[in-house]
Amino acid sequence: MANKTVTADLPPPAPTSPSERIHVRELVKTFTRRGSEVTAVDRLDLQIRTGEFFVIVGPSGCGKTTLLRMLAGLETPSGGVIDIAEPGGDLPAHSMIFQGDSIFPWMTVWDNAAYGLTMRRRPKAEIREIVGHYLDKTGLTRFARSYPHELSGGMRQRVSIARAFSNDPDILLMDEPFSALDEQNKTLLQDELLRIWDETKKTVVFITHSVDEAVTMGDRVMVMTSRPGRVKKIVDVPFERPREVLELRAQPEYGELIHEIWGSLRSEVLEAQEREQLASLRGRS
Amino acid sequence: MTALDAGPRTEDAGAPPPVRPRRSRTAWLGSDRFLAVATPVLVLVLWEALAQVGIIDTRFFPAPSAIVVRGVEMLASGELVEHTWVSVRRLLIAILIGGVPALLLGLAMGLSRKLRAALDPIIAATYPVPKSAIFPLFLLVFGLGEASKIAVVAVGVFYPIAVNTVAGVREIAPIYHDVGTNFGARRWQVFRTIAFPGALPLILTGFNLAFGMALMLLVVAEMLGAKSGLGFLIWNSWQTFQVENMYVGLVVISLLGFLFALLVKGLEGVLVPWRKR
Repeated sequence: MANKTVTADLPPPAPTSPSERIHVRELVKTFTRRGSEVTAVDRLDLQIRTGEFFVIVGPSGCGKTTLLRMLAGLETPSGGVIDIAEPGGDLPAHSMIFQGDSIFPWMTVWDNAAYGLTMRRRPKAEIREIVGHYLDKTGLTRFARSYPHELSGGMRQRVSIARAFSNDPDILLMDEPFSALDEQNKTLLQDELLRIWDETKKTVVFITHSVDEAVTMGDRVMVMTSRPGRVKKIVDVPFERPREVLELRAQPEYGELIHEIWGSLRSEVLEAQEREQLASLRGRS
Repeated sequence: MTALDAGPRTEDAGAPPPVRPRRSRTAWLGSDRFLAVATPVLVLVLWEALAQVGIIDTRFFPAPSAIVVRGVEMLASGELVEHTWVSVRRLLIAILIGGVPALLLGLAMGLSRKLRAALDPIIAATYPVPKSAIFPLFLLVFGLGEASKIAVVAVGVFYPIAVNTVAGVREIAPIYHDVGTNFGARRWQVFRTIAFPGALPLILTGFNLAFGMALMLLVVAEMLGAKSGLGFLIWNSWQTFQVENMYVGLVVISLLGFLFALLVKGLEGVLVPWRKR
């Protein structure tokens, strides 16, 4: 299930070392919008290690979601290489937790959480055990037979988390999973996600626009430049695990890290804003 | 659905003990359900009275009581049951023959841009043609037997179901297709777990519209080329000037439409329990 896009002018991919899960080289994504070509991701290089919680922050429109969608195989790169190490057995390479509502309104919570396993035709007993486990972990057991419209936004995103973890993928891709939630729900879910993740230690690629969230969740935080998206800086987050969101935020190093990342991000956000304003001005005339 | 305590609430501590607002004795007169039943009853009573007094011409508008009496007579003789059964049978076969391909094609077209590009123009061009206009052609091809009637109704049923199914699939948010792709759903699984359930509300709407179309076409077909069925009953009654019989036929047709709408509504509750109501 590895995602490989090789352009002719690149040397053959170097063998990924065992500690490396994802190796991205010279990745380019362009698309045409209203006749003109836009470069969303520009010659991006990136290595993500096995078992790390890798967070990408960037201003809106910097191509971070495009990058994640390419990793997920939902978009085709325009150039460059994405190397994802083959998982053993018949495990899926990656599962995504999407931004906003992505659980099927026509399925119960249970069927939603079981979706990946059902699609892979796993034995019934196995599905029952795994899905039961993750519904329990996400506090959804009581709602197993409910439909999404009967749940709150936070609960629905929990279903999405349960669905991704139940699928038992090698890598979890998360696209701003909590951005639609209010502050309190967000904090709760960050805690829960960290707790579930601590049990499995799967490789995670997590997209966010929140520096707070990035420092809370990540082992490493990558700052992306405003369009076209490139790697501006990668910051190590040294906090020990298991982490607790509130305790973490009380530490002085937490503030320092936020400060550091913000310092790097600020100019990119300003640039993105300027670009948006220009675009809206142009759209008006 | 309890709007009992609609009265004003008094929270003032010094005020006399609040009188519990009581629902007035005549409130049910304004309830939706009562109104829904009351209006048709009123119309019937008025009609009956005007017919009895002789203000309206009972040769054209026989009193409701006379229609009921004739209906009971026709039921007893077995005539009504036979015509109704023949029509219902034609309807069901035609809905099956027209509806199932329409559903499958609609789902496939909804999922495939290529298929839409290939078939949209044909469907758009043939959709507005009144299907009753091609009945003579069907008589030529299929003869005077059952086939021609079933065929014209099936064609009429096909369009609303196909068009609504395509629209239903197209209305499914792209994110659900991304989920299918990301979780490894194969083509058939996408069909079964995303396209069909996602489009189901509009598919049912399509069936509802299709039934109206089916009744219309069936009656026309039976008037023109049949020796049985409700359309034939109405036409024959006109030719022999048995106006009451004509009305009995009309009442049965309207009942059929009503029952089918109820059936679809019931199905909706069973098949689309996830829809916010």
